Order: sequence, then structure tokens, then C-alpha cells
Amino acid sequence: MLKYLVRRISATLLVLTLVSMSVFVIFAVLPMDPAALTCGKACSPVVIEGNRHRLGLDVPVQVQYGRFVEGLFVGRQYGDGAAAFTCPAPAFGYSFNRHECVTQLVGEAFPVTLSLAIGSFILWMSFGVGLGILAARKRNHWQDRLATAFVLIGTSLPTFISGILILIFVALKFGLVNPIEMGRWVSPYEDPVGWFKTFIFPWITLALLYAATYTRFTRSNVIETSSEDYIRTARAKGLSERDILRKHTLRAALAPIITLAGLDFAGLLGGAIITEGIFNLPGLGRLSIRAVLRDYDLPTILATTILAASFVVIANLLVDIAYAYLDPRVRVA
Amino acid sequence: MTHKPFLEVKNLNVAFPTGDGLVQASNDISFTVARGETLAVVGESGSGKSVTSLAVMGLHDRKRTEISGQAILNLETGPIDVISADDEVVRKLRGKAMSMIFQDPMSALHPYYSIGNQLIEAWSLYNEGSKQDGKKRAIEMLDLVGIPDAGKRIEEYPHQFSGGMRQRVMIAMALINNPSLLIADEPTTALDVTVQSQILQLIREMQKEFNMALILITHDLGVVAEVADRVNVMYAGKIVESGGAEDIYYRPDHPYSIGLLNSIPKIGELESKRLVAIPGQPPSLINLPQGCSFRARCAFVDRVSNNLCATTAPTLDQKSTDHFSRCHLSEAELVKARTEIGGK
Amino acid sequence: MTQPILKIEGLKKHFAITAGGAFSKSKATVKAVDGIDLEIYPGQTIGLVGESGCGKTTAGRTILKLYEPTEGTITFEGRDITKLSPKEMKPLRSQMQMIFQDPFASLNPRHTVGTVIGAAFEIQGITPVGGVEAEVQRLMKRVGLNPEHINRYPHEFSGGQRQRIGVARAIALKPKLIVADEPVSALDVSIQAQVVNLLEDLQDEFNMAYIFVAHDLSVVQHISDRVIVMYLGKVMEEADKVDLFTHPRHPYTKALLSAVPVADPIKGRKRERIILQGDLPSPVNPPAGCVFNTRCWKAQDKCRTEVPQLLQIGKDASHRIACHYPED
Repeated sequence: MLKYLVRRISATLLVLTLVSMSVFVIFAVLPMDPAALTCGKACSPVVIEGNRHRLGLDVPVQVQYGRFVEGLFVGRQYGDGAAAFTCPAPAFGYSFNRHECVTQLVGEAFPVTLSLAIGSFILWMSFGVGLGILAARKRNHWQDRLATAFVLIGTSLPTFISGILILIFVALKFGLVNPIEMGRWVSPYEDPVGWFKTFIFPWITLALLYAATYTRFTRSNVIETSSEDYIRTARAKGLSERDILRKHTLRAALAPIITLAGLDFAGLLGGAIITEGIFNLPGLGRLSIRAVLRDYDLPTILATTILAASFVVIANLLVDIAYAYLDPRVRVA
Repeated sequence: MTHKPFLEVKNLNVAFPTGDGLVQASNDISFTVARGETLAVVGESGSGKSVTSLAVMGLHDRKRTEISGQAILNLETGPIDVISADDEVVRKLRGKAMSMIFQDPMSALHPYYSIGNQLIEAWSLYNEGSKQDGKKRAIEMLDLVGIPDAGKRIEEYPHQFSGGMRQRVMIAMALINNPSLLIADEPTTALDVTVQSQILQLIREMQKEFNMALILITHDLGVVAEVADRVNVMYAGKIVESGGAEDIYYRPDHPYSIGLLNSIPKIGELESKRLVAIPGQPPSLINLPQGCSFRARCAFVDRVSNNLCATTAPTLDQKSTDHFSRCHLSEAELVKARTEIGGK
Repeated sequence: MTQPILKIEGLKKHFAITAGGAFSKSKATVKAVDGIDLEIYPGQTIGLVGESGCGKTTAGRTILKLYEPTEGTITFEGRDITKLSPKEMKPLRSQMQMIFQDPFASLNPRHTVGTVIGAAFEIQGITPVGGVEAEVQRLMKRVGLNPEHINRYPHEFSGGQRQRIGVARAIALKPKLIVADEPVSALDVSIQAQVVNLLEDLQDEFNMAYIFVAHDLSVVQHISDRVIVMYLGKVMEEADKVDLFTHPRHPYTKALLSAVPVADPIKGRKRERIILQGDLPSPVNPPAGCVFNTRCWKAQDKCRTEVPQLLQIGKDASHRIACHYPED
């Protein structure tokens, strides 16, 4: 098991390195000049060159990359002389548009995205998987047909439609959110009610989509597992239907679902761009989309991309370990 | 003998309603099995041999199956009819009064749990006691069925065992609560022939050890000859012949049995005679034709007067002592029939 | 003396299996077939017999070059075909065919019977006299199928009928050699006899050679002229049928024969039964020396270290066994 872990962790680090390098290379070959974008209308070549130097863009790509990696561990210094400043480790870079160290920006945006992800996750898992199990057990009865309808609706509605519909026809119509204050971040430790009010509708929006997929997936997994030979053996042993479901069927049926859930959760951690946009949440999604579309802010883009990739890669490792824990056939000696 | 046989099946019918019609999988089945006795149920696909036993175990989905008749277990506490009893009552008989092992040992054990876990689970259903007690009993059973190094292997997972070993584990699990009836549904079909003989020997030993009634379901006439005291030959959902093993093999009393025995190549018979095949194939169980179900493949249909085979379904009649056959032919005619096919 | 249709010498097929991910690989070799010799003549049937992992199915496929041999030579009608590329093999394929075990999985469910059987002509670019359809119907009739069903799909047929479709496909181009891989194992007992009889009749009619791969010794005994017994990739014993079944000399053959249940309650229960201990070892890790030594009741030290050669036993040159301590 240890050998397996070591192998996987090394592979994970390799992927992260490759991802970060790829992002660098992409930006290196793009025709736009980040230095030219750092100043507004009153731009002279001197200012641009000065910014280029301060941004560290006047050195070859490899050196930039090297400095970036170094910055992750020891922080990074920008400019020289009196105008010099440092971004403390882990330093992803400096955003000239926002005049802040990227790490700071990310640090502010991440709790928002995390709250969004966790709440949606709990909602969609309990509802989706629960409904899936119910539909499987009551196959072809009305509960199943209702669940199927839900699946169809849920998977057909993209978040930009469901989100806006919920916002307009539920939240605003019944005055459940204050449109001016909407999306303002409050910490759950300071103002739990406020926090809940901020996130409940985004949670429902996201959960709707995922729950539908999980209902469908759970239903088919449970049905398939129920027809396996070992379930027949369990029944022949004299186990009650409830015990069979709980101890035998679910354990086998849910294993792949848990794997998928882990990956979906990790994907969400990178930012739910559309949902955050609709509900005006200052999360990683909004941070990245603005950096790409509005600001062309390379350091921020770099940071959000690498962060999103890291979440997914790490989640991959974790779900593989979890799956190996569940299914002994997968464990590599 | 005043003791009633442990299992009494009377006029058991099992049918499945499907989109295409009612599949009459098992029709008017009656037989008994006593403790210490081995009944072999022989048949091909669609014969109903498995369906009947699943009904005895109460393993059919009552919502999707029409079952009638009786399957009575004569327990010490009194008789219980599985067919009419409550689901909960029947559940508590499974694994305790009666057990079943199935064909494919590769898929019959849960891949995620250790075999110890699964054995102890079976034990804890019917025994008060700690996990340690259960584990002790489980190791005892594994030893009994011939798993070497049982104390260590009990922690292992099914995929770490070979097919033969897994079947042994299944047997251990089926017997851990001392059942009085064991139903083995094609227990050796998926195994290699050298392993097959090990498992058959084990099943016979266990039967003696626990004094169980044993129902062995198979399509292999060789296996039947090895272990059976009595044989039920099934075809298209009905018992077509029933008798002692020697009667069935040396004095078969049904054209199907006769045909079957003549169509299998036999080890030791080295003069290559052409196999006498039964023409055609088993009928569909939906809308069975009127009259005898075997009629379309029978070589002796024209020996029966008045076209009886086409109009009247034969009943299971006694042809000689303790030997029954579902055929319109008389015993004398059947004796003649035996010699005509393949010179038996 | 006629020339053998097929001659195989020292045929081996090893599979490399790798375990592990990107950073470490553990290589193992499965020696599925580890040395087999064979000579087969027109009209002859050789039975290839053994249990799981013995390599008989792999041998059958390697003989037809469905797998590329790792070692050894295959000579078909005097021509060495061992190293021929798939393209070069193509014209020969009409001469050497295979019948598969699983009548449910071996037919494409989206092709009609006519397409399945007619494919042979299409692939080889041969148009039979009277046209493909007429020939297909003729073949269907020959194997006992109703020619009017030419446009039906496999799922509309029973297992036995599907197997007949497979047979019709195999004989379409009148091959000289057919490798039948467990052709009746998946069939009901009463249907098995029908298909066995069909195969025998066809063999008489076309003088084809059969390599009959099976684990069912009764069927092998019935249909074969010669039998090769395999265990974990190696040949344990080979002999003419009567010799092998009346006077087996290898302990494994003896154990195998004694394990076959006999459809005779009195004789069967009286017979001497050799029950082998233990399980079949994994083909990834076969025992050293004689591969059978872990289960052989007469294994000595020599058996655990020295691999026995396949040598003639007794006066009959065609009876060979690989054993240090043969049975009498």
C-alpha cells in the first residue's frame, strides 16, 4: 500500500508541474502583451517597459517559471528600490489590475467557493442518492416515475437557466433576498443566518443539476447490484431485505458513486462560474472569469487554473484511495 | 418408519407473468426428501429444476411470481408450509432449517467483505454470542470443508480464493447453522473436473456429518449417478420420471430419459457408435401445447393408440415399484422401447 | 503416406503481463502454451484436453495464428506459415477455420444469419456457382437449419441453432482444418449429441481434419482419434484414443479420467477414484520442475527440480508422456 501511495503522490506532483508549465507556455505564445495591459490610457513605452520589468516579464519563459515556483515556497519580490514590495509565500504572483498579491485575492475568494461547494454537495448527495435508492426499490411505481421526471428536468436545465429562474421567481419575488446586499460574503462563524441566506439559493441551483445525475446513477447502480449473485446468496442466508440493502447492495452500488462525487466536489472547488455570477458571489469562479475576460490578469489566471487543477488531481488520488479501501480487489499489493 | 420426510412438496406450481404470456415454469411438482437421503433433479434449460427449489427456499419475488401448492418442512417444532407462510417466517428458515448453494462460486460471494465477515454474518443471524464466538465457529467450518490454514485465510477476500475454494467457503457458509435440508444448484458445473470430484465428495461427507436431506440439481447425468439415491427427471416444467438411481439408469421408463441416456457419450465405451440424438429442442414454456410436452421429440408417439399423446397430458403413474413415469406407454412397451434405441 | 495437413513443432505462446502504474512495473509472463507438437492428417480428429489454465484454448488460437506464436513452427500443407503476416495469411484463412464455444457471444447480434455465413465469400472474394444467397441457403440446410430463416437475427435462434450457424460459417469455404473450441460445452445435453453428430457427418463428407478442444472427456473420447492431455501449458500425455483411455500412463491423465463422473450408478460408484489434493496453480507462477508435481501423489525430489521431457513410452511410438515416474 505504501508503495502505491508513493507512486500516486509522485504522479500527482508530476501532473501539477505539467499543468503549471502548460499554463505558462500558453500565455507565452499568446500574442497579447501583458505588460501593455497594465496601464490605462496614459501609456508610454517607458511605463510599459518599467511595468514589464517590475512584473518580471522581461526574462525568458523558463526563468519566469523558475521564479514562479520559487515564489510558491519563499515568496516573491517585485520591482526594486523604493517601489519594491513582496508577496509572502505561497506567492502566486501580483495582480496589477487589482493591486494586490494574488494569494490575497484567492484567499478572500476561496471561502466563498468552499461554502458554495460544501452546501451543494450535502444537498445533492442526500437528495440525489436518497431519491435514487427509493426509485430503485420502488421500480416502475409512482415514486420511480416521479424520480425519472425529476432526473429529466434536472439534467435538462443548465445552471444559467435554473439559477436565474430561482433568483427571479423565488428569491426576489418573495423578497427572500435583498438585491443590493445579495452575494455579500459573511463568515458562517460570525453570522450563520446571514451566511445561510446568502448561499441557500445558489446551493439549490447547483444541487438541482447534480442531484438529478446522481439520482439516475444511483438508481441504475442499485438495480444492477440487486441482481448480482451475491445478493441472492445473502437472501438465501436469511438476511432481511433491509440488511441486504444496507450492508450488501449499497456498499457495492455506492462505491463508484462516491468516487464520482469526490471528483465533482473537487471540480466545484475550482469555482462555479455561472452560479457565482448569477448570485453575485465573490468566489473563485468570479475571480477567474474576470481575470480572463476583463483584466487579462495573467498571475490571477495562473493561480486559479493551478488551484482548480490541484483540487481535481488531489481529489483523484483521494477517491482512488477511498475506492481501494472499499473494494479489496483494487488494492495493489 | 413413522417419521415424516423432512421436505414434502405437493402439487407445486410456479409461473411468471410476462409480456408475452404466462410462463409455466414449474407444473404440478410433488416429491419428498428425507434426512440422509439424496434426491437428484435432472433437467436441461427450461426444465424448471431450479425454479422449483427457489420456491422451496422462498426466494421468488412474490410480487412477480404466481406460486401455488405446498412445500412443507417437517421441523421438530411442527410443520411449516413455505408457500403459504409469512415472508418473515420463511426468512427465518433460510440459512437455518434449509440452505442453498448456487452454481457460480465466483460471483456468489460479496467481493467487498472478507469471507470471515460473510461467514460470521450467517452465524450471527441465528446465534447469540460475540463476534469471537462467531469467528471460532467460522474457522471450525472452514477446517471442516478443507480450507487449509483457515485461521489466517478467514481474513482474506473472495477474489483471493480459487473457484474450488470459493465453493468450499459457500458450503461452509450454508452449513454453519446446521440446516436439515441442503439444496445444491449445479454446484460443480462451473468447476474443473478434478475439482468437481473434490466438491462432490465434500458435499456427500457433509450430508452424512449433518444428516441432511440433500437436493442436487444438475444437468450432468454422470454427477447424478455418483450421488443420487432417488432421481427426478424434469422436462418442460414437469417431472417426467421419478425413481431410484438404478431404476432410472438401467430401466428408464420415459422416452426422454431413454433418449438422454443414449445420447451422451460414455467414458469407457470405446467402440465409436454414433450418438443417438433426440431431435428438436425443448418447447417454449409459454402456451405449452396440449397433451404431452415431449410429444414433438418422442420416437414412440405412434405406439400410443387414439392419438392420446396429442390430446391428453399424461399423469405421473407408477410403472413399477417406486418408479413413476409421465407417459401413456405401458411398462411393457417402455421395456421394448429401451432396447430399440441404441441397444441398451 | 499422405502429408499431414498441419504440423506443429515446439509451439509456445507466452503473454507478458505488467502490473503497476507509471513509476514501477512488475513484469510477469504467463506461459499459456509452453511447447506442443502436433501432426494432423486429413479426416483425423485430435482432441486437446485439459482443465482451466492448461492452455488448450490458447493453443487452438495460436495454431490458427489468431495469436502470434512466441516460439516454434507451424507448417500448413507443407508450407511454413509461422512468420506470415496477417495479410499473407488471408488467403489461407479459407482453409483453416474455427468454431467457437459460446453460441451467444460469437455471433454479431446485428448481422443476419445470411450475412454471417455469407461473409466468408465476401471476404475471400469468391462467388460460388449459383450466387452467394443460394449457397448460404444450401449450407443452412446442410447443418439442419431452415433456409427460409436466412434473414433472421441470432437472437431469434436457440443456442443449438446458433452453434449450427457457427458451423455453417466455418465450413462455407470447405476448409481442410477446423479448430473447434469447446463447441458443445455451452449446449444442453440433448442438443450436444445433435451437434456432435453434425460435426462427424461433415467430417466424413469433406474429409476435414479437426482439432477438438474440450474439457469434457466423454465427448473427446467419442470424437477423437488421438488425444493430447495438457496441464499448465505443457503436454502431459499424448496417445491414440484407445491407448489413452484404456491405458493411461501419466498420473494426471489417470486422475483426470478417474474424476469424470460415470453415468452408471453401480459401475461409477465402484470405480477407483483418484482425488487430487490442492488447487490448480496459477499459470503466472507455475511450479518448478514438473508442473504437476504440487498435486501428484507420487512426486519425488526429481519432479520438483527437473522438467520431464515428452518421451515415447512402451513400444508404441505414438504414445508419449512427460513424467519421471510413469504409471504402469
